[in-house]
Amino acid sequence: MITELLSATVLVGILASGIRLATPYLYAAIGETFGQRSGVLNLGVEGQMLMGAFAAFYVALITENLWLAVFSAVIVGALMGLAMAFVTVNLGAQQGISGIGFFLFGLGLSDLLFQRLVGTVETVKGFPKIEIPILSNIPIIGEIFFSQNILVYIAYALVPIAWFVLKKTTIGLKIRAVGENPEAADSLGVSVAAVRYTTVIMGGILSGIAGASLSIGLLNVFQQNMTSGLGFIAVALVYFGGWRPLGVLGGALLFSMVNSLQLWMQVLGIPIPSDIAVMLPYILTIVVLTLSMSRVRAPSALTKPFERED
Amino acid sequence: MKKGWFSKLFDVLMPVFATLAALAVGAVMLILLGVNPFQAYGALVEGAFGSPNAMAETLVKATPLLLVGLGICIAFRGNVINIGGEGQMIIGAIFATILGLTFTGLPGWLLIPLAMLMGFIGGAFWGAIPGFLKAYFNVNEILSTIMMNAIAVQIMNFLLRGPMIDPAQLELASKIPQTARLLEAFRLPRLTPTRLHLGFLFAVILAFLVYIFLWKTTLGYRIRAVGQSHHAARYAGINVKKNIVLALLLSGAFAGLAGAIQVYGVNYRMITDGSASGFTGSAGFNGIVAALFGQLHPIGTIPASIFFGALLVGANKMQRVMQVPSALITTLNGLVVIFVVSSEYFQRRRQKQRISSTENDSGEPPVNEIERTSGVNVEAEA
Repeated sequence: MITELLSATVLVGILASGIRLATPYLYAAIGETFGQRSGVLNLGVEGQMLMGAFAAFYVALITENLWLAVFSAVIVGALMGLAMAFVTVNLGAQQGISGIGFFLFGLGLSDLLFQRLVGTVETVKGFPKIEIPILSNIPIIGEIFFSQNILVYIAYALVPIAWFVLKKTTIGLKIRAVGENPEAADSLGVSVAAVRYTTVIMGGILSGIAGASLSIGLLNVFQQNMTSGLGFIAVALVYFGGWRPLGVLGGALLFSMVNSLQLWMQVLGIPIPSDIAVMLPYILTIVVLTLSMSRVRAPSALTKPFERED
Repeated sequence: MKKGWFSKLFDVLMPVFATLAALAVGAVMLILLGVNPFQAYGALVEGAFGSPNAMAETLVKATPLLLVGLGICIAFRGNVINIGGEGQMIIGAIFATILGLTFTGLPGWLLIPLAMLMGFIGGAFWGAIPGFLKAYFNVNEILSTIMMNAIAVQIMNFLLRGPMIDPAQLELASKIPQTARLLEAFRLPRLTPTRLHLGFLFAVILAFLVYIFLWKTTLGYRIRAVGQSHHAARYAGINVKKNIVLALLLSGAFAGLAGAIQVYGVNYRMITDGSASGFTGSAGFNGIVAALFGQLHPIGTIPASIFFGALLVGANKMQRVMQVPSALITTLNGLVVIFVVSSEYFQRRRQKQRISSTENDSGEPPVNEIERTSGVNVEAEA
């Protein structure tokens, strides 16, 4: 059994699907990183993903235009982000609980719309694999890294971009300042509300795309609660990654590789009950959170609403 | 600070307004879907209260919501957020079911209470783990309880497909993942000719006990003190970490009890469709909605649970008559949560006005009963 796992083709398969499976985690967790760095814990990611997944799926089904589908996921995600921003920034609502509200809202509405507008199981033609010239011909590496769909490539490109924005730009500095010490940032003339609106809406957009990457990239179907906790794991990955894009990338890869391994073990008929195997990523999340919370520090103002003293 | 009657009324009416707002948004969605909202809501009300059977079903559905909601009251008062009701219900149900299927020789009057106790213990165990991780390793309990839900589902699926499967199913090709049925003698007695069972009454009594626990005992006082401020509680000599664990443990215990009652009062066996909601009916989440609606007060949670139980029962009728998927209710529940937590804004405003008008302006915002920060960061023990 172990020898089967170690054969070259299987190993390549595990790695290639691991790279692919990391995509939704990456979009959602990078978006969440921006929100949390500015002090907003958005727990509605799962709901935003479901809405994005449905919007993209439905538009792809009707128009067969995949970019329009992604765009619709962006719009839906942005709207949900806008609502979240209003509730947490203007109304100062409890972030954890309101996030659960947005989760339930997205869970219910995506299911409702699917049943009313589609009703039956349908598949769409999702984004095709793009073989990167030359690079995809490299044995093994080519297959693992350079023959994926476009949403996968964009997800990985986001990591250095997010790092650059957070670390090297003025807007990144403002985000970090607002997340660490909103009073000080405010007294320096940074609008805490504007920064948080920006990051939370951006988080919504990326969560929407994360959903799209499932429904028109990885699986090409939509079903009720198709994310099954993926959005919450993405939030956990932000903690695990120490609120840094590179850390988030590491976490996302770890998770997707474990998931991929688990899927392949089932394919190969390795006698581990599938229920137990499916548990692995969740157990891993808890273990990883436990180990990582002692070595990283959360943004000081995380979950704390900011009210200007008049 | 003594609250005036007007403020009290304001506090009680806030969730009602929030719910009306959610229903209004729901009506707009129904119109967009081409459904007459009056007809849809009419079907919903009729489905929930239209006959003695319907009313009994509403109370049956309200029972797990109330029990989970009681646990939520304890947790949220202690400023820990328990999203793990689903998993805690499942583990509680598994514990209770194992007992009922193993000790078939015991008399019912002895086994049923023991089974309830097992459910309580199972849920407590599943809640204590994230409590412990939060108190001692600073692990965000929202995330850990959600992960514990997913783990519990897989444990249930594994047990019901393998070790706990109904021996009769083993003979069949279908192999439906379910346990054997409980003996007749082990089933919770029914109160009327309907499906309403003793569990509902039990839950109502427990609501009063939880109220006494939270407001009239030292243990409950400590949990609330920790919920108000870790700092102040520590200063008063209260062990903050221990009380965080206790709050989540008790919260889980009530959800576990809800799971046990679901088996002994409604289904008489465990059966899985692979998802958590297949067993719990999402009571682990909806109980949170009910508790928030009930102002995180155990007594207030009783009518709140009945209201949300009615929504769930009525939704079935609405689906049959108007072809509106019952997922609408999940959507509305989400909106209720969002609107209720948002409406606290107006309560804070009023408090602030009161404080500044009594010349007590320390510049500190008033501490709400639940702190607005979700308590993600447990301050390091000094």
